[in-house]
Amino acid sequence: MNKNIERIVNGVWKENPTFVLMLGMCPTLAVTTSAINGVGMGLSTTVVLILSNMMISALRNFIPDRVRMPAFIVVVASFVTIVQFLMQGFLPSLYDSLGIYIPLIVVNCIILGRAESYASKNPVIPSMFDGIGMGLGFTIGLTCIGIVREILGNGSVFDVNIPFLDNYHITLFGLAPGAFFVLAFLVAIMNVIRKNMEKKGKPLPKAVGCTTGNCDGCPSATECTGKEAK
Amino acid sequence: MSDLLHVASSPHVRGKDDTSRIMLYVIIGLLPTTIFGIFNFGFRALLLVLVCIASCVASEYIFEKIVHKKSTISDLSAVVTGLLLALNLPHTLPVWQAVIGSVFAIVIVKMLFGGLGQNFMNPALGGRVFLLVSFAGTMTNFEFDGVSQATPLAVLKGGEAVDAMSMLIGRCGGTIGETSALCILLGAIILILLGVIDLVIPGTYILSFVIFIILFSGHGFDTGYLVAQLCGGGLMLGAFFMATDYVTSPITPMGKVLFGICLGVLTGIFRIFGNSAEGVSYAIIFSNLLVPLIEKVTVPRAFGIKRVKKAKGGDN
Repeated sequence: MNKNIERIVNGVWKENPTFVLMLGMCPTLAVTTSAINGVGMGLSTTVVLILSNMMISALRNFIPDRVRMPAFIVVVASFVTIVQFLMQGFLPSLYDSLGIYIPLIVVNCIILGRAESYASKNPVIPSMFDGIGMGLGFTIGLTCIGIVREILGNGSVFDVNIPFLDNYHITLFGLAPGAFFVLAFLVAIMNVIRKNMEKKGKPLPKAVGCTTGNCDGCPSATECTGKEAK
Repeated sequence: MSDLLHVASSPHVRGKDDTSRIMLYVIIGLLPTTIFGIFNFGFRALLLVLVCIASCVASEYIFEKIVHKKSTISDLSAVVTGLLLALNLPHTLPVWQAVIGSVFAIVIVKMLFGGLGQNFMNPALGGRVFLLVSFAGTMTNFEFDGVSQATPLAVLKGGEAVDAMSMLIGRCGGTIGETSALCILLGAIILILLGVIDLVIPGTYILSFVIFIILFSGHGFDTGYLVAQLCGGGLMLGAFFMATDYVTSPITPMGKVLFGICLGVLTGIFRIFGNSAEGVSYAIIFSNLLVPLIEKVTVPRAFGIKRVKKAKGGDN
């Protein structure tokens, strides 16, 4: 498979940041009260992720190892600020509903995780696709949670009311505990699907660790002795 | 094989108590309250009781079918959960909400954590709190004799006097099973005589609650107020039937006392200083979460073993 496409598949399915790696839980649980919030949060994170992955990858030979974290943060924070101002200018309602969680993208562990484990060790183009894949995976995850919570908690999808559910709102799913319940159920469903696929003879590479599967996403890939042949 | 030829390691003398028998006793203990609730609130109360029991049993059965586990509905614990949940609902609650509460209580609070014996929280109360948060409007819509009215506790919280006698008998608004302190006490006496529950947890609960009320309510030692606080809301039902749940209460003797004090103080705090007039359900599920910690610090010293001095380090 083409390496770039492989990166996207990896981000969306094999190492989905929300359902498999369980990264970025703070925005995942906090902003997914509605589908539109989930999409908004996911896409703005995706934009920042792609840009920061590209920039960090381009600068990877110039950033001294000992100060890489502050350097990454500066890069990420710049992009987040740009996204924040753009959103405030052009999508003020989304900006209001996401609130504090936009500036908090800076410390989203998906972005720092990809910078540390992938972008700082790989060329610009694969890093970009890694950002696209991870960002899409995050967006899909948040949107799924948002849709379920909006249907159950508010009886609507993307602000469109479902006529049948008018009188059947379960407020709890709009509140914090609902986020935990929905996330747990979606992860469980995802695990069931993955298990069934493995049973049918389509073994998936383990998401974490590098005894099997590819080394691309592995933080210790550079020191690893059992690397796959390239 | 006959019982006489039972070949196994000890113990060889066995009591007849098993889970389903104890659950049956609890159901018998709850019968006076249930019957009074149905008498007090009419057909809707009966309907809710039946719906809750049926959906609890059904969801336990279906869940165990889906995950290929042995069916445990014959141990009657789901029936007890459904009955307790129904007794904790106002009789005006829409039926579909009662069903959702039952499914939540069984599937999420009980079965997902491993079924009976593994649940960290009383399933019926988990279901009730879920409903309370989700449907605040219908869950606090108390009608009595066809008229919407505040519960005696809410009236009491508003600073007005209530008729303690009618609260003792139970001719007042509230959830289906909480109104009649007398019927609950009757059921509790049955359970105590049958040896299903002991008085330690309910006793320390009620005692510490009374002390808390005397100290902090601002009414001092006012008998009428005290009786109203004790008979109002879910205190009696919670103290005798839900705080004593085997799974979610401590097993150590000192732990039971600590647990009861926790319950009393928390209920007092929620009722006196909280926004809402009622606080028993939150106090019980909150204390349920403290149980592992309580048991850890109250492990009794085995006979002949010296207490390990702290200076030597280590907690074993």
